[in-house]
Amino acid sequence: MLELDDIQHILLTRTPALTGRYVFLRFRNPECGRAWLREILGTVRSAAAVDTSEDQGSWVTVAFTWNGLRALGVDDDALASFPDEFRQGMAARAEMLGDTGPNAPEHWVDGTNGPDLHAIAILFARDADERGRCEVQHDELLTRCPGVEVISSLELDATPPYHYAHDHFGYRDRLSQPVIEGTEDIPYAGCGGPLKAGEFILGYPDESGQPYPMPEPKLSRNGSYMAYRRLEEHVGKFRAFLAANGETPEEQELIAAKLMGRWRSGAPLTLAPEKDDPELGADLHRANNFNYAKEDPHGYAVPLGSHMRRMNPRDTAVNMQRRRMIRRGATYGTHLSEGEPDDGTERGIAAFVVCASLVRQFEFAQNVWVNDKNFHELGNERDPIIGNNHEGTLEYKIPKRPIRKKIVGLPAFTTVRGGAYFFLPGIAALNHLAGLGAAADAHFRELEGIRA
Amino acid sequence: MATVLERPHASAALAPDKVKGRQSAVAIPKGGYFPDKIEQGRFGPVFPRTPLNYGFTIIAKIIPGREEKFYQYARNIEAGVAGTPGLLDVLKLHTLKWVLFDIGGETYFMYQGIFDTDFDKYTEDAVNIFSMTGLDTVFENLEGFPSDWKSNPQAFIRFVREHHRPSFLEYAEYSYVSAKEVKSALEVKNGLADVLDNMQL
Repeated sequence: MLELDDIQHILLTRTPALTGRYVFLRFRNPECGRAWLREILGTVRSAAAVDTSEDQGSWVTVAFTWNGLRALGVDDDALASFPDEFRQGMAARAEMLGDTGPNAPEHWVDGTNGPDLHAIAILFARDADERGRCEVQHDELLTRCPGVEVISSLELDATPPYHYAHDHFGYRDRLSQPVIEGTEDIPYAGCGGPLKAGEFILGYPDESGQPYPMPEPKLSRNGSYMAYRRLEEHVGKFRAFLAANGETPEEQELIAAKLMGRWRSGAPLTLAPEKDDPELGADLHRANNFNYAKEDPHGYAVPLGSHMRRMNPRDTAVNMQRRRMIRRGATYGTHLSEGEPDDGTERGIAAFVVCASLVRQFEFAQNVWVNDKNFHELGNERDPIIGNNHEGTLEYKIPKRPIRKKIVGLPAFTTVRGGAYFFLPGIAALNHLAGLGAAADAHFRELEGIRA
Repeated sequence: MATVLERPHASAALAPDKVKGRQSAVAIPKGGYFPDKIEQGRFGPVFPRTPLNYGFTIIAKIIPGREEKFYQYARNIEAGVAGTPGLLDVLKLHTLKWVLFDIGGETYFMYQGIFDTDFDKYTEDAVNIFSMTGLDTVFENLEGFPSDWKSNPQAFIRFVREHHRPSFLEYAEYSYVSAKEVKSALEVKNGLADVLDNMQL
C-alpha cells in the first residue's frame, strides 16, 4: 500500500502545468536552510493532496543535494548511509555520464556544478498569472530568510502549439511513462505491466524480489532520487541538418523520424514506417503497442541507434523492469518559428529523471543506452538526439534495403548546460529535516540555563 | 633486452580501426590500465579494451571442502545452455573458462571471460540472470564472496574487481571483432553456400 500522503506529488502526478520556474539555492548556515524549509513546507503537497483537477493552479516540489542535506545539519551516520553516486553528485561523475567537451560541468551555466548547490524549489503553474503569484510569494520568503541565496533560476514555458507537449525540435513528448503498482494508472498497451513501487520510491519492494536496503529511513522513506538535466536544443542546427539530408519536406520529416524512432507527431515507425499518422501519434493506447525483436529486428523501421530504441529497447534487452525511469520537466527558452533563423538564444529541455537508484537506472541509461558507441554493435554512434556527438566524428546508420544510409559526422543537436543529483524526501522526512537542530538548540539552551 | 622493456615506452599497438579483423598484440602496463587513457565506468575505472575486446580473469580461493559444488555447477550450466541456448546472451560473451587448481594444498578457482562490452555496463543484468536462473552457487563457494550479492550489485562488483588479475599481454588472430560479427559472417557464408547450391538447379 503506497503512503500517498507522505510522497511528494511530483513522483506520482503529472500536473497540467504550462509554465514554471526552477530555483537553485544555497544555504549560508543550517538554521536559515531549516527556516526556509519550515515555511515552504506549507506549499509542498503530497500525492494524496494533489490531483489534476481544475481548481489547482500551482505545484511546489522541494529537493536537496547531498551537500544540502549536510547543510541542513543531517548527522554523519545518516549522510554516510546514502549511496556513493548521490554523495559525489552529477558533476563528479561527468566523464562516465558523457558530460565531456562542450558538455562538461565547467561549461554549465547555472551554478549546478558547484559544491554550494544545496536545494531546488520546483514550481509548476497552470498559467503565467499563477506563476507570478507563486514567484512573488517565494521571493518574499527568501527576503525573510537572508541566509538562503539564489544561485540561479530557470523559467519554464511550454512551446506552441499548446494542445500537446513537445520539445523545441517539434517531437511529441510524454508518450510513455512507467506505471507504479498500487496506483490507479493503467499502463498503455505495449508498455509492460505496472512496476513494483520500489523501483521509484524508497521503502517498498522492488522488481528484484530481494531485500531493499535504503539510507537512513527517517530521511529516505517515501523519497526518491532525481537526476536533473538542462539540455540546450540547437534548433537551427537541427533544421539545417534535416534540410541537408532531405530534398523534400517529406524526406526531411522521415530523417527526423529516423533519428527519433517516431514521427514528430509521436507515431512510431514500427506502426507507421512509410508515412506519418498523427492520429496514431496522439493515441497513447496505440502509439506504444509494439516490440522490436520479431517486428523490426534489423531496424528497417526504427534504426537500432534511434533515440526511442536506445531509451527503451523493449524486448531486445533483458532486465528492463529494473531500468525504467519516471521523467518530469518542461521546455525553456523562446519558441523558434519554422523558417526563422536561429537567434542564438538558449532554448531546450530541463528535466528530472526520477528513480530509486541513480547508478542502476539513470546512470546506466546515460552510460550505456545514450553514450555507448557500440550499443547494438553500432560501432561509432551515440544517441542522435541527446548523446554527446560533439566530437563531430560519429555516425548514424539508417538500415535500408538494399544498402543502408550512413550519415558521417553527425552534428550535436544538444548540449548539457546544467545538472545535479537531488534527493526528493517524503513529507514526513521534510518535516524531520525542518526540525533538525531543534534538539541541539534545546540542548544548548539547557546548557545555558545550567550555567546561569 | 629486459632493461629496454622496463623503460617507459610508447605503445607499438595500432589503433583498433587499423587492425580490426587482423592479428595484433597489446602489452598492458602493470595494474591493468593505460594511465593516459583510463575511462571511468559507473563503478570505477574500466579495464581497457584490447584486441580480444573486454574480459576478466578472476582468481579466488574456494571454501575448503566445496570442490564438488563446482562440478555440480558445471553440469547445471551445461543443462541450462542446452535447454536455453540464449541463457547467457546478456553477458555478450565470446568464451568463458572455469578452472580449479591447487597451490600449496589449497584449491583456487579461476574464471576467465572474454566478452564484447566492459564488465561494468551490464553487471546488474548479469546478477539478475544468475539470481533468476539459480546458477549462482559457484561464486557462493568462494572465500570472501558477499552473501548479499543478489540485492547488492556493488558488493558483487567489488569482489570481482578485488579478485581480477589483469593480463599483461593479449593477442588476437582477428582483433576487435564482436561475437555478433563472427556469427553474422558465418551466416552470410552459409547463406552464400545455399545460394550457390540453388544456382545448380
